[in-house]
Amino acid sequence: MESLMAVSIGVLFATAIYMMLRRSIVKLVIGLMLLSNAANLLIFTTAGMRRGAPPLVPEGLGAPTSAVADPLPQALVLTAIVIAFGVLSFAVVLVRRAWEVVRADDLDQMKDTDT
Amino acid sequence: MTPQIALPILIPLFAGALSLVCWRSRTMQRLIAVGGTAGLLITSCWLLMTVNREGIQVMQVGGWSAPFGISLVADLLGAIMVVLTGVIGLAVALFSLASIGRGHQDYGYFPLMHLLLAGVAGAFLTGDIFNLYVWFEVMLVASFALLILGSEKPQMEGAIKYVTLNLVSSVLFLVAVGLLYGMVGTLNMADIARRLASLEDTGMVDVLAMMFMVAFGIKAAAFPLFFWLPASYHTPPVAVSALFAGLLTKVGVYALFRVFTLIFHHSPGYTHEILQWGAALTMLSGVLGAAAQFEFRRILSFHIVSQIGYMILGLALFTPLAILGGVFYIVHHIIVKTNLFLISGIVQRLRGSYRLEALGGVYRDHPWLAVLFLVSALSLAGMPPLSGFFAKFIVIRAGLEAEAYGVTAIALLVGLLTLYSMTKIWNEAFWKAPPDDEADRVPPRQVGQRELWLMGAPVVGLAICTLVIGLQPDALYALAEASAAQLLAPERYIEAVLGTPGGGV
Repeated sequence: MESLMAVSIGVLFATAIYMMLRRSIVKLVIGLMLLSNAANLLIFTTAGMRRGAPPLVPEGLGAPTSAVADPLPQALVLTAIVIAFGVLSFAVVLVRRAWEVVRADDLDQMKDTDT
Repeated sequence: MTPQIALPILIPLFAGALSLVCWRSRTMQRLIAVGGTAGLLITSCWLLMTVNREGIQVMQVGGWSAPFGISLVADLLGAIMVVLTGVIGLAVALFSLASIGRGHQDYGYFPLMHLLLAGVAGAFLTGDIFNLYVWFEVMLVASFALLILGSEKPQMEGAIKYVTLNLVSSVLFLVAVGLLYGMVGTLNMADIARRLASLEDTGMVDVLAMMFMVAFGIKAAAFPLFFWLPASYHTPPVAVSALFAGLLTKVGVYALFRVFTLIFHHSPGYTHEILQWGAALTMLSGVLGAAAQFEFRRILSFHIVSQIGYMILGLALFTPLAILGGVFYIVHHIIVKTNLFLISGIVQRLRGSYRLEALGGVYRDHPWLAVLFLVSALSLAGMPPLSGFFAKFIVIRAGLEAEAYGVTAIALLVGLLTLYSMTKIWNEAFWKAPPDDEADRVPPRQVGQRELWLMGAPVVGLAICTLVIGLQPDALYALAEASAAQLLAPERYIEAVLGTPGGGV
């Protein structure tokens, strides 16, 4: 399972970077989305994958009796998803406004402020 | 229980919420802006006094003991940075009363400003690495919206680069946090430091250190990761530029200081060597970029980059004197750089342009403004007896003592080139006669006395800060020395947070 996850994270990162290197700003935003998803999957995987061991404490005890899945990375991923959602929706609106103002979907035509 | 740790975060958050409630009343929003930032300044001074007197202050949010809950930690560096946030917040709030147009105020300038300040203060005070990520994002989202306020073409072009590179940096940071959690199983920075110290496999730790260095290097605008900064900082309204110039990149520098003194200090021969050459190239590329520019704010933007190099150099040399110099430099830089941006805003208001060839004759018409510019510009270049002289002097002396002669030579050269850029602005904007050419001349705009006072007051205040630091550097020196001592003794931080002596697990 871990190796499958590792490969898919790698593919996601590679796709994201490929998309971000294109000149189109729409593809740039798609790249950013893939990038944040890749990061989320990576956090999920690094904390260790464990099947069928919910982090539940049996009644009357102070700690779980056997090894359980770590719930914290899932909380982190959840936070990261929410943040990424907010930021990416901003990015989508930005790309739309940029298109309205600049009338181009091409980063090569947006270099007036660079020099 | 120490409420003053949470107050610098809560006050801007609350002020931001309050000004959202008063969305329709411009007057209320303006009052809240001044009141909120003044409150931030007062509570942060209180926090700094407490930390200075009683040592590192810790607050376990929600009563969950560390390392299980989120800790807010204020050591001297954090407290100093929060005080500066208050100073800059108040100065910019006063300045924006006169300089931010009604259109921008109606689109939520003031709530966003409060949110930005809350994010910055939170990043300085948190003791939890994932929480640091969250505060970074709070700050970033507010800065995105501030950057495109007005939606003009250059703002859009700048914003796309700014947003993209900052998001890439955030993702890198997040990935690094995830990998770090996978290795040590904790997110509390003090606990991470304690557990990493007893880890055998340092190869992976170096990889993580580099990931953090790149992530924070993008935020701090270090070489070769700074290209988003000169592309975007000169596009928004000038009060926003000043706020960004003073605070945002310094959050990245602060994060570098925090992480590379507390967590990744095991192999300075590797990580800090890279930081050192990064710092040298940052200084050099920033100042050379500025030399090629002929627009007021673009020159200043490139100088932010070159100044970041000095601060990182202070961290990279990693001696008590160097860290002291780095902290001193941060304080000096935040005040001076914000002030220069504010002055460029006043000049633009009076003359209607940022382009140096269209400017001229400001000294003849407004000598007081020229004097204020001269104080800040010479301080930036490092002329005695202004604050920049002592900041540069300490860093360069630390470089000589650490026998890093190459880097020190670059730092000296960059100081000279900074002077060149500042004289260029002085000659073109203040000294030369206004251009005769009709095409170049922009008709001077009428500016009311009240507006001029509102914009002038924060500039005068910040210039006085520079002068006071320059004439009486002892107080700040002592403070910076104590904070450097704290940074170089991470076990005190760990002990304050976890309540147990550092060392073994």
